[in-house]
Amino acid sequence: MFGFGVLKGMSVTLWNFILSYVYPKKGITTVQYPEQKKEVEERFRNFPFLVYEGAPDNMRCVACDICSKECPPKCIYIIPEKDAQGRVQKKPATFDIDYAICMNCGICEEVCPFDAIFMDHEYELAEYERLSSLLYHKEDLLKPVEHFAKIRPTDYGRIEATRAAKGVKGRAQPVAGAPPKPAETQQSPPATS
Amino acid sequence: MSDTAVHSQEPQLLEVSIGPQHPSTHGVFRMNVVLDGETIVKLKPVMGYLHRNHEQLAENMSYLASMPYTDRLDYICSMTNNFAYAMAVEKLAGIDVPERAQYIRVLMAELTRLINHTLLVGFLLNDLGAFFTPTLYAFREREKILDFFEATAGSRMMCNYFRFGGVKADLPAGGMEQVKEIVKNYSRFLDEFERLLTSNEILRSRCQNVGILSKELAVNASITGPILRASGVNYDIRKVDKYSIYDRFEFKVPLGKVGDVYDRYYVRILEMRESIKILQQLLKQMPEKGEILSAKGAAAAKSPRMWKPPAGDAYGRIESPKGELGFYLVSDGSPKPYRYHVRPPSFINITILEDMCLGQKVADAIVILGSVDIVLGEVDR
Ligand code: SF4
Ligand code: SF4
Repeated sequence: MFGFGVLKGMSVTLWNFILSYVYPKKGITTVQYPEQKKEVEERFRNFPFLVYEGAPDNMRCVACDICSKECPPKCIYIIPEKDAQGRVQKKPATFDIDYAICMNCGICEEVCPFDAIFMDHEYELAEYERLSSLLYHKEDLLKPVEHFAKIRPTDYGRIEATRAAKGVKGRAQPVAGAPPKPAETQQSPPATS
Repeated sequence: MSDTAVHSQEPQLLEVSIGPQHPSTHGVFRMNVVLDGETIVKLKPVMGYLHRNHEQLAENMSYLASMPYTDRLDYICSMTNNFAYAMAVEKLAGIDVPERAQYIRVLMAELTRLINHTLLVGFLLNDLGAFFTPTLYAFREREKILDFFEATAGSRMMCNYFRFGGVKADLPAGGMEQVKEIVKNYSRFLDEFERLLTSNEILRSRCQNVGILSKELAVNASITGPILRASGVNYDIRKVDKYSIYDRFEFKVPLGKVGDVYDRYYVRILEMRESIKILQQLLKQMPEKGEILSAKGAAAAKSPRMWKPPAGDAYGRIESPKGELGFYLVSDGSPKPYRYHVRPPSFINITILEDMCLGQKVADAIVILGSVDIVLGEVDR
């Protein structure tokens, strides 16, 4: 019968309509943001932040510049600190991340050899202006390591375990010649294609 | 102009520019159509509004750094984009992938197929005038899969999850249960979806015998994916290439008969059912534990900027939800690809738009475009 298919379809919408009243747990799938907020997953990544231990001065980052070179859109900008004689210190004087350019890929976290940069859960970052207010400086980026432990307990446990195994305590031990050796170039047989 | 022009019997053609800002063009896409009354006599797709220089960008950075950019090609199916790119690089450098990682990859790829086809059907119905009810039902189901992606990869849409020689991280605690729940409920949702749509007379009369694509034309224009199969050509790279571990699963390749919009719609529904079958088999076979990144892959991930694949070239292709997605890479032995080329299914499928639209009404052009399933991020790159 013509029109029967339409009615059959309507029964589905009607059913969903009724369901949202009598059994809201199943029928309603939205939340009333911003009054209600959904918990984000532990691995959720948004923007990177720097960790420090104890005081903000005691940061793990050694200004090795690896993350800024690996970052695909190149949105990290680092200048290492220099002492009175002009020798380079293992600490950044400037560490800027342009959040307007960052694409939340998480590569900086993956490549950092000193476990100094991690992805945050913060997602409410709207600003009225997109140049200076989204350029985050060292002071804005630094967060205590407890914050990382709170938002990502599993990763924190794993990373602390490997750090303990390597014997790194507190401030990252300056490894001789800060950037680690590049991974041995692959001597694999040429691709068959 | 002579004053007789007004009274001439010549058909008065009207040129209309649909888009680039138009809700039914699925992004910034423009169709310049020439109309005779309501009938289309000429159609010219205009692309490039979303061009982001993807290939040139990739040639100027390390191999891994392009991985997050591939997410942004077809932003609905970032997992399959990652898959194709990882396959190309693995071929290039001869990297093997451990067992469990293969299973995770196929799991992600099939979930992505579910997402893509569900969304496509939702939006197609939107184009037909069934405003947002089917789309919202589609979004409701997609959300569950995206929650799983978020728990596993860290991001809902821009997953950046695949690595050369494996995947970035293992499934989280409780991830398996989440997938089982999704797979269990999905066919019930598809039943509901079909009850809502398939037998609907309005949908049938708007879709059947509209925008017919013949077998020959589809093959000659190198169309791939569900559109090709809706025209009755049995070609699925999962079956042809048997890449990854697709030879371990039993599934059919649904085919259409007529090649009209309705067939394209229905082939996708059937493909989703096949995907569910694959997922069910996969969940049974999947090893509980295991490596997720091979040793060679771990070496490549350690310092991506320094990693150099051997000189040579490779083409990696997969059956993405939209068709054949391929990456062609030429390496000169340096850490950056010498040439990086994407074969996007959407871009090649859209070239056939004019042939499908000629002689149809202007309202049908929207539906035909919707049934081709394009994502402009991939068309324009
Ligand atoms: S890679 Fe880590 S230690 Fe090096 S500059 Fe970046 S954040 Fe600092
Ligand atoms: S998340 Fe990605 S884009 Fe953002 S700073 Fe880190 S590497 Fe750069």
